[in-house]
Amino acid sequence: MIPESVFCDIIAMRGGKTMRIKQHPILSFTYDNKITFFYEDKEVHGYKGDTIASALHALGVKKLSHSVEDKRPRGFYCAIGNCASCNMVVNGTPNVRTCVTLLEDGMKVYTQTNKGELL
Amino acid sequence: MIEKELVIIGGGPAGLSAAKVAAEAGLHSLVIERDFKVGGQLVKQTHMFFGSEKQYAKSRGIDIAGILINDVIKYDELIDVMTETTVVGIYDENVITLLKGEEYIKIKAKAIIVATGASEKFLAFENNDLPGVYGAGAVQTLMNVHGVLPGQRVVMVGSGNIGLIVSYQLLQAGVKVVKVLEASQQIGGYKVHASKLRRLGVEIDVKTSIKKAIGTDYLERIEIAKLDENWEFIDGTEEQIEVDALCISVGLSPLSNILSMAGAKMKYVSSLGGLVPMIDHHHETTVKNIFVAGDVCGVEEASSAIVEGYYTGLLVSERLGYKHNNFDELYIDFKSQLENLRSGPFGEKTRLGLKEITR
Repeated sequence: MIPESVFCDIIAMRGGKTMRIKQHPILSFTYDNKITFFYEDKEVHGYKGDTIASALHALGVKKLSHSVEDKRPRGFYCAIGNCASCNMVVNGTPNVRTCVTLLEDGMKVYTQTNKGELL
Repeated sequence: MIEKELVIIGGGPAGLSAAKVAAEAGLHSLVIERDFKVGGQLVKQTHMFFGSEKQYAKSRGIDIAGILINDVIKYDELIDVMTETTVVGIYDENVITLLKGEEYIKIKAKAIIVATGASEKFLAFENNDLPGVYGAGAVQTLMNVHGVLPGQRVVMVGSGNIGLIVSYQLLQAGVKVVKVLEASQQIGGYKVHASKLRRLGVEIDVKTSIKKAIGTDYLERIEIAKLDENWEFIDGTEEQIEVDALCISVGLSPLSNILSMAGAKMKYVSSLGGLVPMIDHHHETTVKNIFVAGDVCGVEEASSAIVEGYYTGLLVSERLGYKHNNFDELYIDFKSQLENLRSGPFGEKTRLGLKEITR
């Protein structure tokens, strides 16, 4: 289990408000289809249309992965499935590109700390 | 092995447009896209496009994506689309290997159009790998596709059109844009975009760049400094700024790896964004029946990618024996549209670059 403090700072900085856009001059976003998933075994929520990475970012989770050698924290960078910086372990599968993988109900998502076991 | 007439790698503006014209000519195609949706980067462009009516100018990118997707749906008997599928290799005789989830698929194609687009360039500075340092396009995706803000206080590195437009879109979403940094002496993008930002109180600092990112698990602050005429930081000009996101917008480079793998002759052309394939007037690479369209053979605007897609789709279908009913008329039309898009001072880089790679 991870400490509550992981869901950080961003939310705290916004005075408890979420990072979700509520009002926009051009776009409209609806938040009625909630998706429940698990981040580091903790039950959390995103919305239909989220990728795993966008749902986590909205929760204030920026650190998604680690560099292989020095274990430096990694977040997403390209959001088009190219840079591999957002790879996480999803439902037991490592190296899932969370920026181009749609969030699904019941997904179990973990931060990746190594290259990922193939077998 | 599955056999296909035309396989198009990439479902962005170039790929979708190529599929449309090929379908008009009666040619069947398969579009392969690694994202879960097609439309490429248009799906996050909330601004209106320049250009002429033919490339849907004055429409927003998101709406142009809708038009291109509708065109493809109209021809759904002739166009197949595979999403969440990544091409992992091109082998001899146009054999393409794909990964869809855990499934490994082999396809033999009569012709391939590589329309993989481009990806954002990175910039070297201390701690540039900290979470919170994002590509400007990535931030656009997060905000405009998923409705999630990248942070509260942002600095943009790079004042090209993407940097300026994304800064404006950040403001629209309610994010404070502290500054835009530009390493050179001049703002890179159109004046109209820069003026808009300035009117909204965003400073654009020229001859200034990011020196380092500071933070433990994610970005908390940045240090910027002035640059001298040799692009070196000037000691004593450092300034620290509190930010929770930094956007990097220093250009794009073609996603051409798959072409190198296929054995196409490549050339590094900096005005086109990086490593690009040598092509002929049919947009065919040095490998027979492997064609290219869009940013993969030179980074330009989406409008150019659309017309290049139409143009290449037209020529490939003719090659495979499906000559379009209006071939001659369209050929001239697409060629002149491309010439128009590349005319003027902003098109000069592209014109010179394309000369270097066109046989």
